[in-house]
Amino acid sequence: MRGYPRSDGRKGIRNLVAVAYLVECAHHVARKIVEPHDAAAHLIGFPGCFPNAYAQRMMERLCTHPNVGAVVLVSLGCESFDRHRLAETVRASGRAVETLVIQRDGGTRATVEAGRAMVARMAARLAEAQTLPMDISELVVGTVCGGSDGTSGLTGNPAVGVAFDRLVEAGAACIFEETGELIGCEDIMAARAATPELGAEIRASVDKAARYYATLGFGSFAAGNAEGGLTTIEEKSLGAYAKSGQSAISGLIKPGDIPPRGGLYLMDVVPDGEVRYGFPNISDNAEIVEMMASGAHLTLFVTGRGSVVGSALAPVVKIAANPHMYARLAEDMDVNAGRILTEGASVEEVGAEIVDLVRRVADGHPTKSEELGHTEFILTYKTFEPLGPACLPL
Amino acid sequence: MPDPRLLLLSPGDTVFVLRGAVEAGETVALEAGAAVMPARLGLGHKIARAAIAKGERIVKYGAPIGRATEDIAAGAHVHVHNVASDYTPTYALAATSEDVAR
Repeated sequence: MRGYPRSDGRKGIRNLVAVAYLVECAHHVARKIVEPHDAAAHLIGFPGCFPNAYAQRMMERLCTHPNVGAVVLVSLGCESFDRHRLAETVRASGRAVETLVIQRDGGTRATVEAGRAMVARMAARLAEAQTLPMDISELVVGTVCGGSDGTSGLTGNPAVGVAFDRLVEAGAACIFEETGELIGCEDIMAARAATPELGAEIRASVDKAARYYATLGFGSFAAGNAEGGLTTIEEKSLGAYAKSGQSAISGLIKPGDIPPRGGLYLMDVVPDGEVRYGFPNISDNAEIVEMMASGAHLTLFVTGRGSVVGSALAPVVKIAANPHMYARLAEDMDVNAGRILTEGASVEEVGAEIVDLVRRVADGHPTKSEELGHTEFILTYKTFEPLGPACLPL
Repeated sequence: MPDPRLLLLSPGDTVFVLRGAVEAGETVALEAGAAVMPARLGLGHKIARAAIAKGERIVKYGAPIGRATEDIAAGAHVHVHNVASDYTPTYALAATSEDVAR
């Protein structure tokens, strides 16, 4: 494996230009800038005009993600987002950064032209970048599940659990999440915490999620989950929980906190304080974006019903849990974990296949969603308090 | 062990998981005896391992996944129509013919 060295000591497995709009009003211009360069440049952004510390932090983390080599910021001009601070953070990381301001730079056409020229120059420089040997212990790997059904907890999620155990053993940092989809697992999960105090923090994070979703009136449970045989949020949770494997839990992080060392980490994605801004993560890509903000180089995505999404900036490895869905959507799926049900494959065997694929994707092999050009991205409003002292005990 | 089409995930479970679709009218073998499927059920759906009384916990993966909202007969489909979460209510669309085809 080889990676692109960054000034903070991390290494990237891709070397992309991030084109970031800083309010929805700049989205079209930013999209047009990316259009002719969609292999070298990815579109990210924040749509809101009101200031939000979480969104600012997320954008700073994403624009200095190890897979990003250079950044173009696209501002309308009058939004509240602090583009100066974001540009300064990117510059301080040693990356090239340019800011376009549509109101200053002559409107849509002139800004698109200027932006395309910037991306072309940056992409040409990034194509020349040197790589260094990279060890599996330098990887941060996230996992999410989406479009779950009754097979997710039987095949794909346990196979990712095996892969996570192997990756953690090899020294990588692995992140699992959605405390709202771990409701019902709080006791068994707390028992795996590295310290009793961390266990209490984990339990509190799931209690918070249960309260939050109860206030909103819906669990993190879509209609398709029920069609696929899942009956309650706690049943879905137990299946989702299998993705975490058997390792001890080293820490509890929030979106944008980067794991300090290898190990298994739980991400608390539910906002702190009173319920505001609506559902924590309105769809699967919001979870992937938070994994990336915490440094995930790539994400393992288990799906039973069949999600086709990928992501901007960090490859998504799609693991089909349901063999019938795999037969229909094979072009979108990187791994067929459904063969555990139909071909008698073992969970261990599929887990080993996933680890092997993680190595290859980290070494540049494109995932199915990358080949198909998927670069989904979504970032919305949230509020978080900083981590408590018991959350990272090691 | 009963029917190879049924998966028991943990010894204390009160449900079996279907390894593949089972057609309406087909008979499956439970420990308690044979049960006839009232409707086509898809892969990953659950049936009662034995009779479950209203209010009893449903156990899968060795852990509770909710409570029976009515008496459930051995072999009957265990799903949103007869189980409620102990946490937040489940949101499901009305069943369509597409559901059972999968």
